[in-house]
Amino acid sequence: MPILELKGISQEFGGLRALDSIDMAIETGEIFGIIGPNGAGKTTLFNIITGIYEPTQGEVIFNGGNINRLPAYQVARQGIARTYQNIRLFKKLSVLDNIRVGRYGVTKNGIFSGMLGLPLARREESQTMAEAMRLLELVGLYDRRWEYADSLAYGEQRRLEIARALALNPTLLLLDEPAAGMNSSEKVELVSLIRRIREEMELTILLVEHDMNLVMNICDRIAVLDYGRRIALDTPIRVKNDAAVIQSYLGVEA
Amino acid sequence: MDAVLSQYIDPYFLRIILIIGINIILALGLNLITGVTGQLSMGHAGFMSLGAYTSAILTMNYGVAFPTALLGGSLVAALFGFFIGLPTLRLQGDYLAMVTIGFAEIIRVFFLNFEPGGKAVGLSGIPQETTFLTVWGLVAVAVFLNARLLSSRTGRAFYAIREDEIAAESCGVNTTRLKVTAFVLGSFLGGLGGGLYAHYMFYIDPQVFNFTKSIELLNMVVLGGMGSIPGTILGAVLLTILPELLRVVAEYRLMFYGALLVILMIFRPNGLLGDVRIYDLKKRWGLGKNK
Ligand SMILES: Nc1ncnc2c1ncn2[C@@H]1O[C@H](COP(=O)(O)OP(=O)(O)OP(=O)(O)O)[C@@H](O)[C@H]1O
Ligand SMILES: [Mg+2]
Repeated sequence: MPILELKGISQEFGGLRALDSIDMAIETGEIFGIIGPNGAGKTTLFNIITGIYEPTQGEVIFNGGNINRLPAYQVARQGIARTYQNIRLFKKLSVLDNIRVGRYGVTKNGIFSGMLGLPLARREESQTMAEAMRLLELVGLYDRRWEYADSLAYGEQRRLEIARALALNPTLLLLDEPAAGMNSSEKVELVSLIRRIREEMELTILLVEHDMNLVMNICDRIAVLDYGRRIALDTPIRVKNDAAVIQSYLGVEA
Repeated sequence: MDAVLSQYIDPYFLRIILIIGINIILALGLNLITGVTGQLSMGHAGFMSLGAYTSAILTMNYGVAFPTALLGGSLVAALFGFFIGLPTLRLQGDYLAMVTIGFAEIIRVFFLNFEPGGKAVGLSGIPQETTFLTVWGLVAVAVFLNARLLSSRTGRAFYAIREDEIAAESCGVNTTRLKVTAFVLGSFLGGLGGGLYAHYMFYIDPQVFNFTKSIELLNMVVLGGMGSIPGTILGAVLLTILPELLRVVAEYRLMFYGALLVILMIFRPNGLLGDVRIYDLKKRWGLGKNK
């Protein structure tokens, strides 16, 4: 069974059809790339999957269940985590606290439990701390954990956002242009980080990215969007040689 | 205790120390709503008046014991906090500020016409039950629980909502629910401060809880540093003492007060203690390293 299925997804903004009956199925454990020119609808698709928008038409099926109408916070609690194209960190919270907020969806202790320091709160807090430390090491931000998120360099902020998403213990991770603004050595690190988390955390990853080398190199399969339509869905090699794709997208880039 | 204290301390100072404590409780409540969760509220005096009138009427007319009346006043304020919190689900920034101002005005006009509350004349002869110990004991409890709350899972989510609601949602935070929660907790403290105030002053009237009072409380939170407990305490202390010190310049008082605020905000735009949190101190003192 695919972990995520999109069935006939359409999204309209006013008169604009940002997505036009998109179908795709993401298999458990794969790294699935979504590419396409600016304005093709990639981010819109992420917003639909994560419950920020409810699609005009179509269904989002996660682990066999329809999640169309779930609010964003419940989608997150189901195990779908994401990062944003325009980084959305909690700027005036420490690096550590950004990650700890990421654990919100997988912890339970409420106001009074936290305020009174009841056993549940204390147990969860120590788990959260341990998990945060592990993730800080993983993304190489351990030494900067007490700093405000907005004091980090750009590439570090992107890694912190990934760590915060991982804190949710997701089974599906959506990365919206994680390499944007990174230099080539940072990109190399990013690729190994993505591979590593896929192995270690048994994740399925959905990746939007403009860097073709990175996408071709890391993805098992790729879907190509153009003006809201899915014009291809295949392995990187085949997509690279697809006539329609070359014409509408890769041709423009080259 | 108060009798003993007043033998050693000038009653004027004792009074200021008490008012400082009450203001700390009020400001901590507003800090939760505005400083921590980022929901601009400019009607905190409204919650204060609900707590003041409710508790005063309970002790005076119904012979309810002071602690129970205090709790009753706080709960009534919290109930209104719940209903005022609901629009925050749709409104942001300026619009929310307007709703809160409107709410406080409606409450004030209500009490202006409220027979059991003495209408415009207000209530006098409220038993003076608020003692030094009650106030500072409650300050200690409020600070302790606030600090615990803000370093807990829920507290971090409050801050996250202030920083970025969409990102908070994608971490699993039900922002709708927590924003209302912040209003309920904050207005509870507002009601508590109001009840203490009423039972210290003997006398309250609707004018005490006007727009200026709401702004004065907001200033404490903003001046001290939005979201910071030490900052809020410092803000409450300074802005209680400052007007007293400015008595010497008599009618220019308000002008000086305003000018001082402007100057402070120019030099410390994030408030005196910025967003000083425990981990900042840890970092500064090098205590964080071993964790
Ligand atoms: N909330 C919105 N309201 C109106 N139009 C929108 C909204 N969100 C996206 N759009 C429009 O939908 C189209 C698809 O946008 P989207 O952000 O999904 O593109 P994208 O593929 O992510 O592009 P990029 O590579 O530039 O990030 C664009 O024309 C965009 O202007
Ligand atoms: Mg995009």
